Amino acid sequence: MISLAGRDILHSWGKYLFTGVGLGLLIGVTLSMAGIYRGMVDDARALLKNSGADLWVVQKDTLGPYAEPSSLHDDLYRSLQGMPGVAETGNVTYLTMQAQRQGQDVRVMVVGFEPGHPGEPAHLVAGRPVTRAHYEAVADIKAGFSLNDRVKIRRHDYQVVGLTQRMVSSSGDPMLFIPLKDAQEAQFLKDNDAIVNDRARTTANPALNRPGIPGLLDAIISSQSTNHSVNAVLVRVAKDWESEQVAQGIRRWKHVQAYTLVQMEEILVAKLIATSARQIAMFLVILAIVSAAIVSFIIYTMTLGKIREIAVLKLIGTRDRSIASMILQEALGLGLVGFVVGKSAATLWAPYFPKFVLLETGDTVRGFFAVMLICAIASIVAIRAALRVDPATAIGG
Amino acid sequence: MTAIRIEGLTKRYGSGDTAVDALKGVDMSIAAGEVVGLIGPSGSGKSTLLKCLGAVTEPTAGRMTLGGETIFDSGQGGWISKDLHALRRDRIGFVFQAPYLIPFLDVTDNVALLPMLAGKSNNQSRLRAMELLRALDVAHRAKASVVQLSGGEQQRVAIARALANQPPVILADEPTAPLDSERALIVMTILGQMASQYQTAIIVVTHDEKIIPTFRRIYHIRDGITYEEQGEGRTLQGLS
Repeated sequence: MISLAGRDILHSWGKYLFTGVGLGLLIGVTLSMAGIYRGMVDDARALLKNSGADLWVVQKDTLGPYAEPSSLHDDLYRSLQGMPGVAETGNVTYLTMQAQRQGQDVRVMVVGFEPGHPGEPAHLVAGRPVTRAHYEAVADIKAGFSLNDRVKIRRHDYQVVGLTQRMVSSSGDPMLFIPLKDAQEAQFLKDNDAIVNDRARTTANPALNRPGIPGLLDAIISSQSTNHSVNAVLVRVAKDWESEQVAQGIRRWKHVQAYTLVQMEEILVAKLIATSARQIAMFLVILAIVSAAIVSFIIYTMTLGKIREIAVLKLIGTRDRSIASMILQEALGLGLVGFVVGKSAATLWAPYFPKFVLLETGDTVRGFFAVMLICAIASIVAIRAALRVDPATAIGG
Repeated sequence: MTAIRIEGLTKRYGSGDTAVDALKGVDMSIAAGEVVGLIGPSGSGKSTLLKCLGAVTEPTAGRMTLGGETIFDSGQGGWISKDLHALRRDRIGFVFQAPYLIPFLDVTDNVALLPMLAGKSNNQSRLRAMELLRALDVAHRAKASVVQLSGGEQQRVAIARALANQPPVILADEPTAPLDSERALIVMTILGQMASQYQTAIIVVTHDEKIIPTFRRIYHIRDGITYEEQGEGRTLQGLS
């Protein structure tokens, strides 16, 4: 038996192909939206995985350091190292800011870390690790830096000595790793005018500038211009120890919060990016409805365009199921063309998105079946219209 | 042998005060191989009769026999076979005013589609199509797209399609309307030849004065009632 759908498609392949391409671009947008969500989740997981930590010790009653502000003394790590099950610790600071490269703003997450401790860049794709105590940086390749570029953070210039990749914040900003002391200064140190102003205010305050207590004013001013806070202490757990077991001990004895990898992942995925995920889900639902409406309209219009042929086919004895099958096959064919175009388009334009777009095979398979289902449902309206055609209309009168 | 017999066929549209009797007891009998004309003004019931004969509209009452087999009998509850698709496909051929060929099928497949729908193999169906295309002198366009054919060639292909399943009757609805006199008479000659060659009865609905002399027998229809008249039965040579 002749494939009526196949012949019809071949007969008007140009129109069919262009319609498929149009639909495909819409499907490409839908797949990209799913990819953006997956990318956000993957960024969050990469952030945790690449930090090399098993536990995140943060300020009590906070979800820090990524979801809420958290501040700890930078000597906390010493007491943590004495806890059972703790193999290694590392102080870290995180600050999302605008850095400057060749006079242009670059949004980055500046990470203060201690070389050789948890929190340092996981691996380098070019250059070398930070070896000096100050003014060297390792940048994620997505920030656009090259080796030996100079980047201005607050008052100081840093030289990019190494490049890493897939080190981004939960909001997708590329990371810039600098020595901890520099990061503390960048995060907490004020500009010169503010320091002079603060000193004058402190000096003018009789409660702090007391003639009877020499040295008090100097001590206060000194404490105001230095900073010993970090956002979190990353802990690597000793072999044969459970993360939760070590975390319980830290929470109990150190009066701080300690999160395991699973808990941090829960915070990042379920809390931090939950609103964005819902936003994207809404977009996906709307796009799916729009796609279904468009496919439905296209198939309906295509069917109306050959209503006379359908009447003739019915008159000469073609069964309703053959006509329904022809329309369904054309709808599915359109979906197939659209999906191939959409998947190709999404793959082609994904690298140009500012944020990571992860097109998972599972999503592709689910997307394919969703497109086919939408096309099948969308063809119902056209099939109903075709089956309502009275074969007598071919005779006229 | 009688190819089609119609007895007391009526068709009523609507009911009560608004009821319209489009056919009021039509009687017809056409032999195999015969070409008859069905002539009448607009609103006379031609199209209704054609739709009833074509099994697309159910008559209100009466009896229709096709090739000796009753296909409709209001006394037996209407259509004898409930599969009207198969009835139209296997036992009735259609030729329209415009050829109404399927534009996405080539010439051969437009003709072969009917045997294929009837369950014949693709090979058998195409052989049958080629046989008819040769008989109608359009075999040289067998692989062409139907949109590339002239009006006359398209009408020949439409006739071949109508004959594809060797139906006992072909219903031709104004088949010469878009054609000039010469081509109209050629089409009528072809229909006559095909009727004779394949022993098919052909009912030609027409307003076309130039082809009326070609019929041996004419049914006039007016206000839903038919009247039979002997025609001149002239051939193409006799007319030219």
